[in-house]
Amino acid sequence: MTGVLAALIAPGFFSSQPVQIAATVGAIVALVAGAVGVFTVLRGQSFAGEALGDIGTTGESGAFLIGVGALWGLAAISVAAAAVMELIGIQRPRGRDLATGIVLGASLGLAALFLYLYNVDQSASGATFTILFGSPFALASSTIPLVIAFAALALTLIAVLFRPLLLCSLSPELAAARGIPVRAIGAAYLLALAVTVALAASTIGTILSTALIVGPAATALRLTRSPGKAVIVAAAIGIGAMWLGILLAYDSYNWPPQQHGWPVSFFVVTLILAGYLLAGLAQFRGRRARARSAAGVASLEHRVG
Amino acid sequence: MILNGAVAREEQLLSVDRVSVSLAGREVLREVSFVIGPGEFTGLIGANGAGKTTLFRVILGLQAPDHGRVLVAGQPRSRRNPQIGYVPQKFLLDPDTPLRTRDLVALGIDAHRFGVAMPSRARRARVEEMLDAVDARGFADQRVGNLSGGEQQRVLIAHALIARPRLLLLDEPLANLDLRSGHEVVTLLARIAAEQQVAILISAHDMNPLLAAMDHIVYLAAGRAASGTTDEVVRTPVLSALYGHHVDVLRVHGRVLVVAGAAGELAETSDPSHTQTQVEIIS
Repeated sequence: MTGVLAALIAPGFFSSQPVQIAATVGAIVALVAGAVGVFTVLRGQSFAGEALGDIGTTGESGAFLIGVGALWGLAAISVAAAAVMELIGIQRPRGRDLATGIVLGASLGLAALFLYLYNVDQSASGATFTILFGSPFALASSTIPLVIAFAALALTLIAVLFRPLLLCSLSPELAAARGIPVRAIGAAYLLALAVTVALAASTIGTILSTALIVGPAATALRLTRSPGKAVIVAAAIGIGAMWLGILLAYDSYNWPPQQHGWPVSFFVVTLILAGYLLAGLAQFRGRRARARSAAGVASLEHRVG
Repeated sequence: MILNGAVAREEQLLSVDRVSVSLAGREVLREVSFVIGPGEFTGLIGANGAGKTTLFRVILGLQAPDHGRVLVAGQPRSRRNPQIGYVPQKFLLDPDTPLRTRDLVALGIDAHRFGVAMPSRARRARVEEMLDAVDARGFADQRVGNLSGGEQQRVLIAHALIARPRLLLLDEPLANLDLRSGHEVVTLLARIAAEQQVAILISAHDMNPLLAAMDHIVYLAAGRAASGTTDEVVRTPVLSALYGHHVDVLRVHGRVLVVAGAAGELAETSDPSHTQTQVEIIS
């Protein structure tokens, strides 16, 4: 019994401080990502989220270069980019794609410059990996208060805007007819998304941040039938994937190549994909079972009638 | 016969008074006037592009008129007016969207409020009552994205009605429905108008499905409107004056056909196939 447990959970997992910090920050981030992500998927703004994450590369590399906290750099650039997208017209689908593409291209060019300058200066090539794919075990405990503050901001926005945001996401036309300021609500949501992308990017990297926001939410949409439940289930899936990913990454120190743990983000993203596919399978089986029972009832009625 | 703001009625729920709107340099509505009393069933009839949607946007306060004014229960329009419910023409939801019929209906109560709705017995009872009113109890727990067009219309009607408006605007609710579902929706709306004293303004390009239910008709053509009872408005001289050229109103087996004759310029279409026959059935 102990042997099995030791095989699943490598010794020292629970007492390791880097693990504790990663698990704490990871859970907070996954919670926010799940709640915000449900609306990202409902609004069809996955691409905007992806773009904000990629642009985060610029902010984080810039922060490395001038020596301020990575999360500050991420949040600053993400919110600024969201504001630019909003101004160039994210509300219209065509304008949205163009605006996002233009901002994205310019920003990633800047990121290349920052990373080049930083690597020349510090001869630290590990920074590129940390920025793009995240290193949760390297998080400092001092970042936790800021993570909580940003998380509280995003969650508060979602909770306060919940009803009007839901109606705007379902039908902007219906929302406008009720006198809901659709554009302002959209802008406030984009702010929440920008903050959430910064949080996710600081944990599992800028490139993979969208996966944590969109993946659990898309899975939750398949599994639930009401918006409130979708938010809760998405958050739970995100936290589960995050913790399991951290555990597997910790275990992987004993896997080949020895003494080099595999990236946490690899496990988290893979688990999220697996969950999404499993939910699809469950949905498919459920539908088939319903269709079969409906057909059974129909044929019975036919025979009786 | 052609009513305008000057005609006195005991109580006017909606008064549209000489409203003109130009969009991108084109005059969409010109001096449109009509009134609707409480609990009345009114059809807003006109071909595509006649200005029906623009008129709805003006009534909802989403489009400011260049001239004229709209009064709701004697008050000027404000942006948010709980006295008007609205059912849009397009409502497309992915089947994956986690939104049950009852969720969408409940959202009608207080979607404009901040915060999350707290479940309560009164709230649930009101949703159930509305589900019954539109015969939607059978699919109350199904996802809205999986419903048929007629079922979705009923859910949207419940969503609009639950806020207890005095006027319900429906934008082309029959456009995408088969005849039977369309008939069900019209019957339901007539019942709601009578039972709940809600005035109904329903836009359509074909007046025929509405003939039995309509108290009044507002006929839009070339940006101008004629209103009154169907018998008053849907006549050859009235509609000819409205279109600005001769049209014939034909009644065939209880159905009404509005036909542009060979003498007139074709008003509603540039389709050459119609020009060849020199006859255009307008509505």
